[in-house]
Amino acid sequence: MWDYTDKVKDLYKHPKNVGTIDNADAVGEVGSIVCGDALTLYLKIEDNIIKDAKFQTFGCGSAIASSSALTEMIIGRTVEEAEKITNRDIADYLGGLPEQKMHCSVMGREALEKALADWRGEEVAPHEETEGDVICQCFGVTDPLIRKVIRENNLKTVEDVTNYTKAGGACGSCIPKIEDILNEELKKQPASAGAEVKKEKLPLSNIKRMQLVEETISDVVRPILQKDGGNIELVDIDGKKVMVALRGACANCLVSDVTLKNLVQEKLREFVEDDIEVIEVR
Amino acid sequence: MNRTVYLDNNATTMVDPEVLEEMLPFLKERYGNPSSMHDFGGDVARDLERARMRVAELLGAENDYEIVFTGCGTESDNLAILGTLAYFRDRRHIITSKVEHPAVLNLYRKLEREGYRASYVPVDRDGKLDMEFLKKSLGDDTALVSIMHANNETGVIFPVEEIGRLCRERGVPYHIDGVQAAGKIPIDVKKIQCDLYSISGHKFHAPKGMGVLYIRRGTRIRPLMYGGHQERGRRPGTENVPGIVAMGKAAELALQNLPAEERVRALRDRLESGILARFSNVQLNGAKDARVPNTTNVGFEYIEGEAILLYLNEKGIAASSGSACSSGSLEPSHVLRAMGVPFTAAHGSIRFSLSRFTTGEEVDYTISALPEIIDRLLEISPFWDSATKQCRPVTI
Ligand code: FES
Repeated sequence: MWDYTDKVKDLYKHPKNVGTIDNADAVGEVGSIVCGDALTLYLKIEDNIIKDAKFQTFGCGSAIASSSALTEMIIGRTVEEAEKITNRDIADYLGGLPEQKMHCSVMGREALEKALADWRGEEVAPHEETEGDVICQCFGVTDPLIRKVIRENNLKTVEDVTNYTKAGGACGSCIPKIEDILNEELKKQPASAGAEVKKEKLPLSNIKRMQLVEETISDVVRPILQKDGGNIELVDIDGKKVMVALRGACANCLVSDVTLKNLVQEKLREFVEDDIEVIEVR
Repeated sequence: MNRTVYLDNNATTMVDPEVLEEMLPFLKERYGNPSSMHDFGGDVARDLERARMRVAELLGAENDYEIVFTGCGTESDNLAILGTLAYFRDRRHIITSKVEHPAVLNLYRKLEREGYRASYVPVDRDGKLDMEFLKKSLGDDTALVSIMHANNETGVIFPVEEIGRLCRERGVPYHIDGVQAAGKIPIDVKKIQCDLYSISGHKFHAPKGMGVLYIRRGTRIRPLMYGGHQERGRRPGTENVPGIVAMGKAAELALQNLPAEERVRALRDRLESGILARFSNVQLNGAKDARVPNTTNVGFEYIEGEAILLYLNEKGIAASSGSACSSGSLEPSHVLRAMGVPFTAAHGSIRFSLSRFTTGEEVDYTISALPEIIDRLLEISPFWDSATKQCRPVTI
C-alpha cells in the first residue's frame, strides 16, 4: 500500500469540490481513460477572481486528492496568482506524494493551464496529447510536456520522468526517446555550456535526425520566415541532405539563397548536426 | 468499525492454527539439524520426510523424493526453467503464455535477451489459452514449455493435461506453475504428465518462505546452487525445518479440505452474482466455467481500481486490483490486457479471492459495502453522467 500523508488520505476520503459547474467560465480537460488518469476542471471566474472550482476525476487516491487540493488552492485567487501554481505546490499542499504518484500533481497543473487558456478564449485542444509530438504512445505524453516537467522539477532520470508523467511506465518502448529528451534538457541546464556541448553529441540515428530537422523547421525557422510573410516546406530528408521549398514571400525573394544558407542551414546546423546541407527544390 | 474482511487470498493466506501448532516445536526445543549424526538432529529428519510424503500426496507424486523443498514459488519456477535449460543446452526455443506470473514471464524476457527464442501463447477474451498457437509453436528445438495451472488474477484453469499430452508426444519437457492451483483443485501430476510442478506454501495456509518443486523421476535438470547433499543435491542448503514441517501439515489439510472448496465456490458465486446484479457498469473478467473456486475478477467501468481499493480498505475489506496503481506499475495488468479487456474496465478491475476461512457474513458485508463506494466514485468520474446514470462518450 502506498505511503500517503494524512492530508492525502483525508482528501481522497472526503474530497472537496467534486462535481461540475453549470455554465462554467472555463473548463480544462486532461488525460484519458486509456491512461488510467483523467481530470476535468470547471471554473467560475468573475472580475479576474476564481470564484468557484469543481472537478471530476478518473484516477487513484492521489489523483482525487491532488484534484481536490488544486480546487482548494485556487478558489479566491486571481487568475494571475493561480497561473503561478506549479505541480510542486500541489504536492507540497498535500504534504508530499510518493514519487511514483507525482504525475497526479502534474495532471492537476495541466488541467488548470487548460482551463485558463479556455477562459482566455485561446484555442484549446481536447487533450494535451494532441499538441506536440507524442513520445509515449501508451499514455499519450507529448514532448513539450516532458520537457516542461523535467525543467520545472529538475528531473534527472528516466524513472523520474515516468513518475511525473507516466511516460515510459507501460511497454517502455518510448524510454530511448525519453532518454534523448532528458539528455538534451540536462545539457541545456548549465547556461554557458551550450554550443560546446552540442559538438559532443553522439551521432544521430536517421529517425532522430529527421525528427530534429522537422522540429527545428517548425519551431525555429518557420516562425522567423512567417514574420516576413514567408514560409517553408520540408520536402524530403536524405541522410544529411535536407530538401526544402520556400513559400510565400520568400519564394520570389532575390536573396532566397542567402536565406537558405544563412538562416535555414545555420539553424539546422545549430540544433541538429554540424554538417547538415540544405538544398532548395522548386 | 475495526474489522478485516480478507478477500486477497491469492496474494497470501493466513497460517492455519493447526499448521502453526505443528510448526512451533521446531522453532523452540526441536532445533536440531537434520543432517547431524546425533539423534537430536536425526529425529528431525524423520519429520522432514513426513512433510515430504504429505506434499507428494497433495500433488499425486509417485515417490517422495520427487519433492524438492525450495524457498518460495518463484525459486521453484526458476529452478525448473533454468535447471532444464542448463541441461538441454543446444535447444534454443522456449514456450510460455502471455498471462504468466512475473516469476516466469520476467525470467523468459531475460532468457530472450540472452538469445533464446520465446513463444508467448495468447489467450482469448475469457482468458483461455489458444491451444492451436501452442501446438504450432512446439518444435524440435523447443527446450521447455512452462505454463501455469490456474491464473492468479482471473482464476482461469488451463488444460494442463492436453498440454501434457502434446509435450509428451513431442518429447518436450513440461513445467507447470501450480502456485494458484494447489489447495484449490485436485492435482495429479501423473495424470497431467508434467515433468515439473511448482507450488508455494503461503498460498494454502502455510507461512511465507516455503516452496516446492515436483521433479518427476528421471527428469533431466541441473541445480541452480551448489553446496551440500540436501534435497539430493538439487537444492542444497540447510533445510528450513519449521517451514517444511508447516508446509507438510498445510498440504495435508489442503487435501483433506478439498471437498470444502465447494463451499468456497458457493460463497464466491454469491459474491460474484451479488456484484454483477447490483451494478450496470461491471463485467466479469475470465471464463465463468473453468475457474478455481475461490477467485473472481470484476471490472468496474469508468472508475479506477486503486480508488476502489482504498475505499474498500476504509471499510476493512482487503482485495486486490488489476490496475496500475496498486502494484506500483502504471499499466493495467498484463493478464487483463492479454485478454483484451477494454481500458474502460481494465483500470477498474478488482480481484476478490476467498479461502476456506471466509464466511458468508463477510461476503454479504462486502456486497453491501460496495454500492456506496462505486456510486461515489462514479459521481466523481468525468466519464459517467450521474444525472442519467449512463456513461458519457469516451474518446480513446
Ligand atoms: S510508449 Fe511509453 S510506455 Fe509504451
